Amino acid sequence: MSDQRNELLHAALADRILVLDGAMGTMIQNHDPDESEYRGERFADWDSDLKGNNDLLTLTYPDLIHEISSAYAEAGSDIITTNTFSSTTIAQADYHMEDLAAELNREGARIAREVADEYSTEERPRFVAGVIGPTNRTASISPDVNDPGKRNTDFNELAQAYGEAAEALLEGGVDIILMETIFDTLNAKAAIYAYRRLLRERDIDVPLMISGTITDASGRTLSGQTTEAFYNSVAHARPLTMGLNCALGPDALRQYVEEMSRITPCYTHAYPNAGLPNEFGEYDLQPDEMAEHIGEWAESGLLNMAGGCCGSTPEHIGAIADAVAGKTPRQRPEIKRAMRLSGLEPFTASA
Amino acid sequence: MDASNFINIGERTNVTGSKRFMRLIKEGDYDTALDVARNQVENGAQVIDVNMDEGMLDSLEAMRHFLNLIAGEPDIAKVPVMVDSSKWEVIEAGLQCIQGKGMVNSISLKEGEEKFLDQAQACLDYGAAVVVMAFDEDGQADTEDRKVEIAQRAYDMLLEKLDFPPEDIIFDLNIFAIATGIEEHNNYAVDFINAVKRLRETCPHAHFSGGLSNVSFSFRGNETVRQAMHSVFLYHAIPTGLDMAIVNAGQLEVYDDIPEALREACEDVVLNKRDDATERLLDLAEEYKGKGKQKDSKEDLAWREWEVTKRLEHSLVKGIDTYVTEDTEEARQQADKPLEVIEGPLMDGMNVVGDLFGDGKMFLPQVVKSARVMKKAVAYLLPYIEEEKDEADKGSNNGTIIMATVKGDVHDIGKNIVGVVLQCNNFEVIDLGVMQPMNEILSAAEKHDADIIGLSGLITPSLDEMVNVASEMQRRGMDTPLLIGGATTSRAHTAVKIDPRYDGAVMWVKDASRSVPVASRMVDKKARAELVDELKEDYDKLRERHANKKKDKFLTLSDARANGVQLDWENYAPPRPKLPETTEFGERQAPPHAKSGANGEATPESGMYVFRDFPIEKLVDTIDWTPFFLSWEMKGRYPDILNDPNKGPEARKLFDEAQAMLKKIVEDKWLTANGVAGLFPAKRVGDDIHVLSDDRSETVQVLHNLRQQTEHRKGVPNRSLADFIAPEDSGKDDWIGGFAVTAGLGSKEIVERFKEQNDDYNAILVEALADRLAESFAEWLHKYVRAELWGHAPDESLANEDLIGEKYEGIRPAPGYPACPEHTEKDALWKLLDVDNTTGITLTDSRAMWPGAAVSGWYFSHPESRYFVLGRVAKDQVKDYAERKGWDIATAEKWIGPNLGYEPGG
Repeated sequence: MSDQRNELLHAALADRILVLDGAMGTMIQNHDPDESEYRGERFADWDSDLKGNNDLLTLTYPDLIHEISSAYAEAGSDIITTNTFSSTTIAQADYHMEDLAAELNREGARIAREVADEYSTEERPRFVAGVIGPTNRTASISPDVNDPGKRNTDFNELAQAYGEAAEALLEGGVDIILMETIFDTLNAKAAIYAYRRLLRERDIDVPLMISGTITDASGRTLSGQTTEAFYNSVAHARPLTMGLNCALGPDALRQYVEEMSRITPCYTHAYPNAGLPNEFGEYDLQPDEMAEHIGEWAESGLLNMAGGCCGSTPEHIGAIADAVAGKTPRQRPEIKRAMRLSGLEPFTASA
Repeated sequence: MDASNFINIGERTNVTGSKRFMRLIKEGDYDTALDVARNQVENGAQVIDVNMDEGMLDSLEAMRHFLNLIAGEPDIAKVPVMVDSSKWEVIEAGLQCIQGKGMVNSISLKEGEEKFLDQAQACLDYGAAVVVMAFDEDGQADTEDRKVEIAQRAYDMLLEKLDFPPEDIIFDLNIFAIATGIEEHNNYAVDFINAVKRLRETCPHAHFSGGLSNVSFSFRGNETVRQAMHSVFLYHAIPTGLDMAIVNAGQLEVYDDIPEALREACEDVVLNKRDDATERLLDLAEEYKGKGKQKDSKEDLAWREWEVTKRLEHSLVKGIDTYVTEDTEEARQQADKPLEVIEGPLMDGMNVVGDLFGDGKMFLPQVVKSARVMKKAVAYLLPYIEEEKDEADKGSNNGTIIMATVKGDVHDIGKNIVGVVLQCNNFEVIDLGVMQPMNEILSAAEKHDADIIGLSGLITPSLDEMVNVASEMQRRGMDTPLLIGGATTSRAHTAVKIDPRYDGAVMWVKDASRSVPVASRMVDKKARAELVDELKEDYDKLRERHANKKKDKFLTLSDARANGVQLDWENYAPPRPKLPETTEFGERQAPPHAKSGANGEATPESGMYVFRDFPIEKLVDTIDWTPFFLSWEMKGRYPDILNDPNKGPEARKLFDEAQAMLKKIVEDKWLTANGVAGLFPAKRVGDDIHVLSDDRSETVQVLHNLRQQTEHRKGVPNRSLADFIAPEDSGKDDWIGGFAVTAGLGSKEIVERFKEQNDDYNAILVEALADRLAESFAEWLHKYVRAELWGHAPDESLANEDLIGEKYEGIRPAPGYPACPEHTEKDALWKLLDVDNTTGITLTDSRAMWPGAAVSGWYFSHPESRYFVLGRVAKDQVKDYAERKGWDIATAEKWIGPNLGYEPGG
């Protein structure tokens, strides 16, 4: 990302609460492409089923992805995210498409870049956040209950996969790297490790957004960390924004957003789900309901960036954009310098 | 640096330090190895050091496997890991297995700058704090200067070249063995301590650590001496800046418990105080060694011979849990109730621990061990307590209390004790345990329809979390009372930080014994309202004091006046005093200044009543006993205190003796009670109250008042007593009253008589009772005024508790007390009522009343009049007050002294 865009981004953050876009998956499901649309011509003869490989649509149905991102931009998103949640060698292995990972990231970034540039104006620049998802493997949780020491991936494999994804996203022109839906912090640490090494190798500066996922009412990530322990574990990445997304609706997520807002000197973001899924797996929280929550968060000074995760649509984002418009963005607190360690829980040692 | 911030890094999962752990790893017994890790976390290790450096081991694989296993054990994984190895690849493998932020132990300049920076860079990429050894290309630093030089070089390099966060740097400046017989070694400990001290200054935010056991290496095999050396070393190194160490909590002797000769000898070697220090310690060590074992076992036996409370204390201080169950059982058999064992010997023992800790003579790991012993004892007693409770009451309970230790905190002993005590008093206690996020606590409270939420915490960050919980309760619109407790909590913090966040009742309890009366009052709606009033007033005071510490914010006097209490005089007519001509205690008299008011006038404007030799038996029933017990340093609310499991017997004994003496006081007429009360026309003029002649044409006495002047929260007025009297322009007639009573006439002689007989107990008792009788008299008289003399509340029928709780209409503030703290205003009262002659109470130069068992004050009748605390006042008001009183500024400043919000003369 050029210094100039970096400056624009910081200026925008100083000026207002920025709006993220909403769910890509939900919109794709609403459109419900069939197996052949997933395959397109290029993968017509692919050996495994491809329906459900949403990221593949970047290559086989790029117009749909462009259309969805445009709808979010139209609704008021300042940040356009790429359709690359599963575009790592590890996640694509389910479809035997490891070799396509780099291409998926590059093309995903390119489409988002197109949309962002189409909607950018001088007063209202739009930015592209290149999404790095968690993968479907966990570095600190055993896949086998009878063998707690076992792992189906490791730090090096993850770092390798994330590093390749980040590299391709940068090639495709993203402004920001967004590590999202982090449910195992060790995975995220591998991604950060790769990201830091990549930046140093290339001598560039790309802002980072880190987004954890509190999986249930226990207030912890899937791998067992509290919000503060999670923050302590990833703070060395020196991210632009820290925040939370997915898993919970805004009502249940609020206290963790508040906590994050209190403890981090970074900017904060949050994009909850549109409530919890009902028995049909659908999300019921309506745009105005969601916007009411997010508006209150903004009012309470918790946010610098807001959007929606699963179940959110351009209507949700539009309502959220209206709700945060004109509200003062959160002032980043002065945090006392201290050695902040963590296990599953935070441990602070002041000198 | 103080001992409470000292970080204790567990060393038991280090194969180089623990033979047992090495054996377990070698044998592949990882389950038991995990138990070792779990144990040390339970024992208070805040970080665990994991080291697998052993020639016979695949260190890298062992590190990886063990850390992966730990990841699945929340009890262990909750704390950070120190990845410890001399091999970088093992450290890296370890870092790849921990999701938290840990520490690397260690890197150094041993192999040059490039390698050092590469490894430090990797620590940044992995996200870990790093221990830097004082080691460079020339070897390990031994002298003070070398330690400082290497550490400083590393610090500067890390910050300049890598932008390394200084707070994530921990220096290990090498603790070397001392008292080895080699002269060059003598100063090693001093070198270490001095180097830490110097680097503290020049390396801001960095931390300092060390391997403690090295220092005593030359005394291998002599554990007594080693432990003593460790304690002495920490005692001196912690204050200079050592803030963490790899230690075995079990190997620390309590500083104060080291035999004096040994402690001195250790101090001499650690601080290198004399040339023959090593020889002297060696000699002494021989003694310990020679008789050592023998003496140790003798000592063991010796303390087992002590009486049981001493034995329990010993176990607690030493953290020995071997005998605690049997000793607790013995104490239980001696006690009337099992709870007494907790509140008596066990709490006493923990207080000793607390004091030693506070003085830096015990260290956190030892305290945690003590706590475990305590827990064991409490756990043993619990079934007995439960049983007793079952016998006592199987029916309905007093209320439901949700208790929890807040998020981020694991301490629960205090909370458990409070829980036990409350259960004994028939509360249903739902204990959520430790580390409770606020949502859990509040949801549980809603689910169980809790009457009270109790939050506990021991460490300082818990204070903030309690504030967060209070804010969240406010946001949720709850009104459940909130009980705050735990070692770092305080009344001041509760008042200043927590209470303002929550409109519901917030109450801090000092200890378990205080929790019952508070909880009892909180569950009762009426008592709660009363408690809340008291609390708010108390909190206002604390808040003002706190605000003052940080420089009070004052309003100008005119702004303060503008924010005075606004009473609606248009729709309120002050009650005209009845002033009956005769009463059962005597006839109405004219006040000294008035012509009217004497008998014969049908509708007098003023009047005065004198009560001579008032029948004391009328005052006995209305005594407020709580302050009586307090004067004996027995805190507790009457009558609860009589049934207090701990103080109850003592309190009952005292109460019985007080009753017997009261009987004598009444029957043998030991004391005489006199009183006077008067009512006069009055009006408000600014902050003054003018007492008027009966035709209201002249001012016969000006009563000067001060006004609260510190900036208040929005909606809270800046009060002055003058606000409660109708101003002239209201067009309403108003009155004010005054009174003075004593029950102490004659007490001096009685007290002297007891003292001659060397009976201080009864001397104090009679004085304490005279005080109580005077208060009771004031209360009785106020009631009589309300009902008969003024008659503004003729129909009130309040029980004694309500009188004491001041639930009635109107107030009787006393000059010298918080609402009107300036004492010379008593002069006006004495003049108006001729108090000297009517009652025999006189004023000293400093305006103290004699006899001491006396009460005086003003009567206000307005239903919205209330007590308040004046707080600090600013210079403009002092000036104004001086003018009104006809004083110079210096005189005003002298009398207003304690309430001055500025430095006089400044």
